[in-house]
Amino acid sequence: MSMIALFGALESGLIYALVALGVLISFRILDFPDLTADGSFPLGGAVFAVCVVNGINPWLACAAGAAAGALAGMVTAWLHVSLKILQLLASILVMVALYSVNLRIMGAPNVPLIGEPSVFAPFVAADYSNQFWVQPLVIFCFVVLAKIVLDWFFSTEAGLSMRATGANGRMARAQGVGTSRMIIIGMAISNALIALGGALFVQTQGGADISIGIGTIVVGLAAVIIGETLIPAKRIVLITLAVIVGAVLYRLFIALALGSDTLRGVGFGPQDLNLITAVLVVLALRLPYIKRYFKLKRKQAS
Amino acid sequence: MKLRMQKSVVLSAMAAVVLAACSPAEQKPAAETASSAPAAVEVKKVAITAIVEHPALDAVRQGVIEELAAQGYKEGENLKVDFQSAQGNTATAGQIAKKFAGDNPDVIVAIATPSAQSVVAATKTIPVVFSAVTDPVAAKLVPSWEASQTNVTGMSDELPLQPQIDLMKKVIPTLKTVGYVYSPGEVNSTIVLDQLKAALAKDGITVAAAPAQRTTDVAVAARSLKGKADLIYTSLDNNVVSAYESMYKVAVENKLPLVASDTDSVKRGAVAALGVNYHDMGVNTGKIVARILKGEKPGDIAPQRMEKLDLYLSKKHAAEEGITLSEDLMKEAKEVLE
Repeated sequence: MSMIALFGALESGLIYALVALGVLISFRILDFPDLTADGSFPLGGAVFAVCVVNGINPWLACAAGAAAGALAGMVTAWLHVSLKILQLLASILVMVALYSVNLRIMGAPNVPLIGEPSVFAPFVAADYSNQFWVQPLVIFCFVVLAKIVLDWFFSTEAGLSMRATGANGRMARAQGVGTSRMIIIGMAISNALIALGGALFVQTQGGADISIGIGTIVVGLAAVIIGETLIPAKRIVLITLAVIVGAVLYRLFIALALGSDTLRGVGFGPQDLNLITAVLVVLALRLPYIKRYFKLKRKQAS
Repeated sequence: MKLRMQKSVVLSAMAAVVLAACSPAEQKPAAETASSAPAAVEVKKVAITAIVEHPALDAVRQGVIEELAAQGYKEGENLKVDFQSAQGNTATAGQIAKKFAGDNPDVIVAIATPSAQSVVAATKTIPVVFSAVTDPVAAKLVPSWEASQTNVTGMSDELPLQPQIDLMKKVIPTLKTVGYVYSPGEVNSTIVLDQLKAALAKDGITVAAAPAQRTTDVAVAARSLKGKADLIYTSLDNNVVSAYESMYKVAVENKLPLVASDTDSVKRGAVAALGVNYHDMGVNTGKIVARILKGEKPGDIAPQRMEKLDLYLSKKHAAEEGITLSEDLMKEAKEVLE
């Protein structure tokens, strides 16, 4: 694996870290199985692309993308809270609807962004020679900022109320927490983060495409679970860190699967990419247990 | 505490694995040149990526490799080919682009629009040859159809529309309405729809568009054209081509002849197709790659379209879908399936 490929994995890992933080809020903190991500990720990208093509500052365009994501999350939450539609179905409906909305926003299935302004452009050399580390660095700043804000938020009264809403809704209501409002706010934050990921993603990708959302939720969930398994923690500061680590590791595994000449040597081909990635993730998740098993054996032997 | 320490050990072990996996690959180029130096054979590296595995896109890749072999670049001898498929995932396409940018091959071949965009976004120095991209100018891969003076050139699969319209008129001389089944999510298909509407309006022919978002919607979309259209035309739409058999069923039931844009679909139910042969497109792409390997600059080579189109007809499908093909049309065909 070359340095550029390594940083490339880091870059997409950090983008999906934003997605994973969003998924953490919906699935874990609010206990709201939310599939809106597959729609809000390309929504963020679409809004960003259209804004930038129309001459709006890329930083503002990122904010607009995140705001659009927040709106999508609020719609999902509202469908559940007010219309009493089952959480999973509510999010599926919004995800499906967003496909059409995204096509409407972009006006076409693909909006190219090559040569357009981006949040990275001011820092990247004309010949792209430093692009490979500048882009991940800028995204890293976004992720760190998001983590700090989330860590702070979940230590405030509002944040604790939100955690209580997800942990035990009835108890939270009994304590005077407006759980409906908490769900709507939480879902807005969650999908805003995911859409921000989408907005950053299209800038690294050279264009927004309607197909970029496919599988977003799967990667986000995988990141959350990998993180939780490797760094089990109860403190929110560590939980958010774990999720970020999980997202980066997941993309690193893909880079490993892409780059391994050893695997090629024993007959694996490009069509096995997803399979190899899955096997690597399984190994990573079982590593602590495998280690414990061998330790136990050694103890028994002595 | 003990548990936490264990975790950190695990994490650092994993980091070590990742780093270990990095280093051998990085040392490799050095080892390679060392071993090939005595033989004095210069090994060229060509990296190929496609957004997804798909018969047409695979044919392009095969064509590239065959043409390179014909020009003396044989895989395993003086050519190293690294093929990666994004398996339909754009994020993976981005990672592949970065892997290639880091590997620094002599040429990167990027097949289909999303893969081409992510490669062009990842490097400004390595020569990039795109293929099977319908409109490289709209996709911002190149500024115009002239030689780009950048690191990008390639082959477009754009079909000149007029011959397609002429074919439709020959299949149904009394043509009033063309039915068009397409995915609203594929940029190539929406471009063709706009062009088709504009071109047909001149002859007073209307277009009835039937969008299908997924492959499972294709049959429903085709059925919705019953009684509204004289024939169904399809472009090189990935979803529609994947589900062509389901359209064939509808066409036979409702006597709606099918006209396709890829010659393979004639075997799968179309009456006629005037199309690009993707293997030939790969061969032409390979020619561009060979020119760059021999020292030409990609910026000096203008992006190209396929000049040669092949007409395929099917007598059997014509009869099943309620029409007879004229003798004149039969004479033009490269192949008539009985």
